[in-house]
Amino acid sequence: MENKNNVQNINIIGAGLAGLSAAITLAEHNIPSNLFSLQPSERAQSVLAEGGINGALNTMGEEDAPQYHREDTLRAGVYLADEEAVRGLTEEAPQIIRDLERLGVAFNTQNNEILLRNFGGQKKKRTAYARSSTGKIIMTALIDEARRYEARGLITRYPHHELVSLLLAGESEKICCGVLMRNTYTTRLRGFAGPVILAIGGMNGVFPELTTGTTSNSGDALAQMFAQGVRLGNLEMIQYHPTTIGISGKRCLVTEAARGEGGRLYVMRNGERWYFMEEKYPELKNLMPRDVVSREMYFVRQDPACGDQVYLDLTGLAEEVWRKRLPDLRAELLHYLSLDPKTDPIPVEPGIHYFMGGIDVDREHRTNIAHLYAAGECCDQYHGANRLGGNSMLGAIYGGRVAARTVAASIPELAGDQLQELFCNADLHEEIRNQYAQEASPQIILEIRDILVPAMAIVRSEQSLKSAEEKLARLLEREGLHEREKHRIYLAQAMVASAMFRRESRGAHYREDYPQRDDQFCGLTQAELTQGTDIHMQITCRSGSRQIRETS
Amino acid sequence: MKLEIKICRRKSMFLQEYWQSILFETEEENATVAHALRQINQTKGIVDTDGKEVELPIRFDCSCLQKKCGACAMVINGRPRLACDAALKEFVKKGQVRLEPLRKFPVVADLIVDRSILFENLKIMQTWVSGSAKVPEKHSDEAYEASRCLQCGCCLEVCPNFYAGGSFFGTAAFVPTARLLSSLPVEEQQAIRAQYKAHVYAGCGKSLACRDVCPAGIDVDHLLSSSNGIAVWRHHG
Ligand SMILES: Cc1cc2nc3c(=O)[nH]c(=O)nc-3n(C[C@H](O)[C@H](O)[C@H](O)COP(=O)(O)OP(=O)(O)OC[C@H]3O[C@@H](n4cnc5c(N)ncnc54)[C@H](O)[C@@H]3O)c2cc1C
Ligand code: SF4
Ligand code: SF4
Ligand code: FES
Repeated sequence: MENKNNVQNINIIGAGLAGLSAAITLAEHNIPSNLFSLQPSERAQSVLAEGGINGALNTMGEEDAPQYHREDTLRAGVYLADEEAVRGLTEEAPQIIRDLERLGVAFNTQNNEILLRNFGGQKKKRTAYARSSTGKIIMTALIDEARRYEARGLITRYPHHELVSLLLAGESEKICCGVLMRNTYTTRLRGFAGPVILAIGGMNGVFPELTTGTTSNSGDALAQMFAQGVRLGNLEMIQYHPTTIGISGKRCLVTEAARGEGGRLYVMRNGERWYFMEEKYPELKNLMPRDVVSREMYFVRQDPACGDQVYLDLTGLAEEVWRKRLPDLRAELLHYLSLDPKTDPIPVEPGIHYFMGGIDVDREHRTNIAHLYAAGECCDQYHGANRLGGNSMLGAIYGGRVAARTVAASIPELAGDQLQELFCNADLHEEIRNQYAQEASPQIILEIRDILVPAMAIVRSEQSLKSAEEKLARLLEREGLHEREKHRIYLAQAMVASAMFRRESRGAHYREDYPQRDDQFCGLTQAELTQGTDIHMQITCRSGSRQIRETS
Repeated sequence: MKLEIKICRRKSMFLQEYWQSILFETEEENATVAHALRQINQTKGIVDTDGKEVELPIRFDCSCLQKKCGACAMVINGRPRLACDAALKEFVKKGQVRLEPLRKFPVVADLIVDRSILFENLKIMQTWVSGSAKVPEKHSDEAYEASRCLQCGCCLEVCPNFYAGGSFFGTAAFVPTARLLSSLPVEEQQAIRAQYKAHVYAGCGKSLACRDVCPAGIDVDHLLSSSNGIAVWRHHG
């Protein structure tokens, strides 16, 4: 183990959009940071984002304004998202896109003005895009911007570093005084003092091979945070994207922009194409929010008069669209399916795409532990029961900014190197002894996944959730599990408990036994693990912080 | 589908490398090399063709599994490629596929190499924006194309003139630079033009071997001529 040092730096874990945005914002405040990630930023899930980023730029003559963006976001999230937080997000959105433009992001433009496209759940054109690789193009610009500060010593990149554990002090009120990281090249462990911003992305690895995301967002870090007492929230809200295709080892996204540009969903019914979304939702049609579209796809496939396969019909898209706005998508479909979307309908299926839940944060992106913050897809802010396409890149960039501003404002209150002192007192050797070089075994990871899949599906019920609850409890009894494996089981239990608790249907959470919305549940679920002799899970509702149920 | 996967292994940078062959079978028609490696890593007790138990995991980098992140670059049957883009069916006829780490970078373990030189070189190139780099519409295609580089390093693997630590930085440094040459206002280009001439233009033999292996299909040819135009001949079309 190396020396304890670097107390002056803020520790950011994760170098996707949220982590980069936090590091850049701190650097703008002249505050140095350590930017840790399992792999360099170029490999983060953020580079996969395709369709675009939302902001009421109002360049399309539709009289758009942040207020409408806010309303659409809250409505799509079925009023679970914090209205004030969403206000901040949507008001800063146009400036964020302008800042990206200044950094050289090659957005599609016309007459030097940024073009916007339609995206699901939004009544106006509000999504800025760089063809169909928006995430990659934005990441390239932000990585270069971070490099500028790196050259000035304000950002220190630590790629190939894995989060091992938080260093916590304090008894009843915990304080985060640093973080223990493992260099995956040398396997050495090293402690870093100072406040911590978590930007670890979504928990895709809870569902290996079944999501549109990356393998490096393994879910381990979130499970570890939960085990260390970090409160999670909104865990039952998992977004199934309506249009994905199966490729080797994962689900591959067919961007919502395909429908934004005119793509239509149909199923065969009595020998004819039935464009069910257009019939059922005459206003937004194929561009209803993702939860609605995925659920409708589930229902039509249950209908005995309909075929089992839903198709995405892109044959009506203009040549110009393929050339200028969705070139990468066509190449991808040709490559993976040997289908040309110009002439062939594309067989699609809903797939797990985004986690609205995660680390529970307040409007300033503080967690329940002092000096620990979270931003980006790993936290539960902004999206409520369902995220709008184009809002997550925005949420990650904005959230990173807000977390960094909160840290910057808190620096004066870090009186007399308090954290450094706590860090020096923390028993690193004990921490390290508790660490296990083992990774969770792939078999256990898959077992947990297979228990969760039927329970956390598009359509849920008490019965399927109960069955998962029992299986997880049994799995936890198995002999020879090591800590990392147990932590993953706790996280899975918290997801199931959150879904059981919400006895209503709202957004991405649909219960066939409680198909209606019930506003006594109009708040985020929260899950916390308090370790004593017993493991305790509390599910509470954020609004009014009623403690509604406890499970052991 | 059944084939032999022959892997160049090395437990750490301090130990000798050795080859290990594993017979791999899959029903999945579109399975890739990345998929095979992941499957093997999930198979407790798997043995090699000599009947010896394979020490797991076989370490390799991967992330997106859809050829968009550059993590899984390795040498596959002698050619630098992305493991998630190399379909096993390509190799079935031969009955074998050979996997080695990229050779231009220090090996960390098995198929993982340390590519930090890529990022160090970009720091020297000063690929960043100091003022404003709003992309002029007429250069939008170049800026977009040049933003797509994965930093995978495949181009450097085949480049006769690149070696880690040398003064010629190759295509992986050139492409990100081209993004800035196409967007920065002329008066802000001085520093980057000088670096470009020193670390790209001066050492490149223009054989374009790099273009042919680029897994992102970046139009290196076109970017080179437009960047040379801007940085060397000062054309601002
Ligand atoms: C295919 C696809 C398409 C998408 N399209 C869009 C779109 O069009 N518009 C939109 O708004 N959103 C889109 N999204 C969602 C959006 O891309 C993500 O929500 C967002 O980019 C998340 O950014 P992030 O910074 O929070 O996390 P990520 O980019 O996932 O970064 C996570 C970081 O944490 C690091 N990390 C993880 N675990 C550890 C650990 N244990 N130790 C150390 N580091 C760790 C990783 O290495 C990585 O650097 C899409 C997502 C996908 C998968
Ligand atoms: S053109 Fe030839 S010398 Fe120049 S970067 Fe490419 S491979 Fe190297
Ligand atoms: S230019 Fe192509 S081959 Fe070279 S690093 Fe970039 S993506 Fe990889
Ligand atoms: S895993 Fe991302 S390119 Fe292969």
